[in-house]
Amino acid sequence: MNTLQLKGVCAAPWGQALLKDIAFTLQPGTVLGLAGPNGAGKSSLLQLIAGDIQPSTGQLTFCDRGLTEWPPQERAQRLAFLPQMSLLSFPYTVEEVVRLGRIPHSSGYQSDSDIVEQALDLTDTASLRHRLYTQLSGGEKQRTQLARIFAQILGQESLSGSLLLLDEPTSALDLAHQQLVLMATHQLAMRGCALVVVIHDLNLMASIADQILVLDNGCQVAYGSPEQVFTTTLFKEVFGVDVTVGHHPQEGYPMITPLRPTLL
Amino acid sequence: MALALASGAVSLSLLDVGQGLVDTVLGEAVNQNALIVGQIRLPRVLLATVMGATLAISGAAMQGLFRNPLADPSLIGVTAGASLGAALIIVTGGSLLQGYIGLSLVSAGAFVGGVIAVLFVYRLATSANGTSVATMLLAGIAITALSGSIGSLLEFFADNNMLRRISLWKMGGLDGANYPRLILASVVGGALLVALPRYAGALNALLLGESEARHLGIKVDRIKLALIIWVAVGVGTSVALVGTIAFVGLVVPHIVRMLAGPDHRYLMPASALAGALLLVVADALARVVVAPTELPVGVITTIVGVPFFISLLRNRHHYGMQ
Repeated sequence: MNTLQLKGVCAAPWGQALLKDIAFTLQPGTVLGLAGPNGAGKSSLLQLIAGDIQPSTGQLTFCDRGLTEWPPQERAQRLAFLPQMSLLSFPYTVEEVVRLGRIPHSSGYQSDSDIVEQALDLTDTASLRHRLYTQLSGGEKQRTQLARIFAQILGQESLSGSLLLLDEPTSALDLAHQQLVLMATHQLAMRGCALVVVIHDLNLMASIADQILVLDNGCQVAYGSPEQVFTTTLFKEVFGVDVTVGHHPQEGYPMITPLRPTLL
Repeated sequence: MALALASGAVSLSLLDVGQGLVDTVLGEAVNQNALIVGQIRLPRVLLATVMGATLAISGAAMQGLFRNPLADPSLIGVTAGASLGAALIIVTGGSLLQGYIGLSLVSAGAFVGGVIAVLFVYRLATSANGTSVATMLLAGIAITALSGSIGSLLEFFADNNMLRRISLWKMGGLDGANYPRLILASVVGGALLVALPRYAGALNALLLGESEARHLGIKVDRIKLALIIWVAVGVGTSVALVGTIAFVGLVVPHIVRMLAGPDHRYLMPASALAGALLLVVADALARVVVAPTELPVGVITTIVGVPFFISLLRNRHHYGMQ
């Protein structure tokens, strides 16, 4: 079974083509990183997979079944999406926000409470549980939303057949919490959950992604393992930046260092 | 409620009220007290209860749907449309408007006007991509302005007697209360009180944002339509029966949210209770302050509610509102 499969997918929700000919396959337990310059279509691709944008041509299957064929509630039990921005401006407590993630499930109050606890622990938000969401800092809000997303798909021991879409989950987090969130995503992947992640810190991305897909202007320009994708020519062509590609001293994944243009 | 039954131009003791109620129930309403309580005050207090609850719970649902604590049932055009409908009947009705039939005609005009306005606003905001809540707010404002100016035009051509009727009707009042109206209000209000809390979970998810709610498996468009229809029917009925009563739908849910939090599972029933209480108290005040004359109840709800609301606003940071 593939968790997610896209074949020749194009999308043009407002007339102009946003995504052109996207094709990839995601197995259970793998992490796909989406990279590309601003406006390349990374968030649009996540929205497409989440069902917010309809593909104009091509095929999109989730767990071997067309995305639109899923009953909404059943799909929500195994597909969760963390958007870049949160609009929530009502004074829920942190615990109430996380509990909203259990809406698609009817697993009962007690088991919901257990899952909410797990999600709070995974994101280090248990100590915030009685705080009001509107009074949190940006990073605390981000961790709370992440906990809500985790609570939405947790439940079974095996998460094979579940999919998490994370749009910049670490953009407001300090170094310690970035590592914590990476550990949490890694744990979920070990249990079979597939993930699609947009992170602007490409070294962070290389440390968790099994595959990387690079988008430029809505087109898929590179797709493969971090080793294959991160090359000096790619960074020159797509990002217009000169880099050297090294390796992490312990883990061995590729690490990039931008070279400053010489100032005359 | 017992106190509200006891107070009025003829003040009665609680004992008299009890006796009057018993007489009414037993069908032996012959003495004066029993008549006052059973035929005049009881339907009036019950009507205030039902309408207060209806307005407040509709307000809670609208604020959740629009994700805006300042939203109000009148935002989607119900109130303005209903006022226009009523004004139209008052001005064009002529000799039909005598007595009982006239009052019912005005109410029917208000109800139809309110529902037409909402349907129009909803059509304006709906496109192939679904219904935009922001567009709906703007369309609501436009329709409200349009109804308002057509209303003013009607007033311009109306004579003194009509003008007085229109402006009294706009201020709202429960003085037309009787059992047929109470039964109609109870049927609609009761349906609303049963139906709306079923959307509490969906409204909680909607506070996160519309696409977030969709990702939680909520059928957002269907829920939006259902909520708007329920609110249009509820508020349309209330405007038709008791005129425009400002403030209850806007402020009661807001106050309850500050005190009890934004969870709609508690917010909606609590708002209904608080709205009923506010309207019963306001109506009792309206009857006694300048007895034997009556003040319009809408004036009282505003005078009672605004100072309380302002004090909450000044302390809003304690409640986590921005």
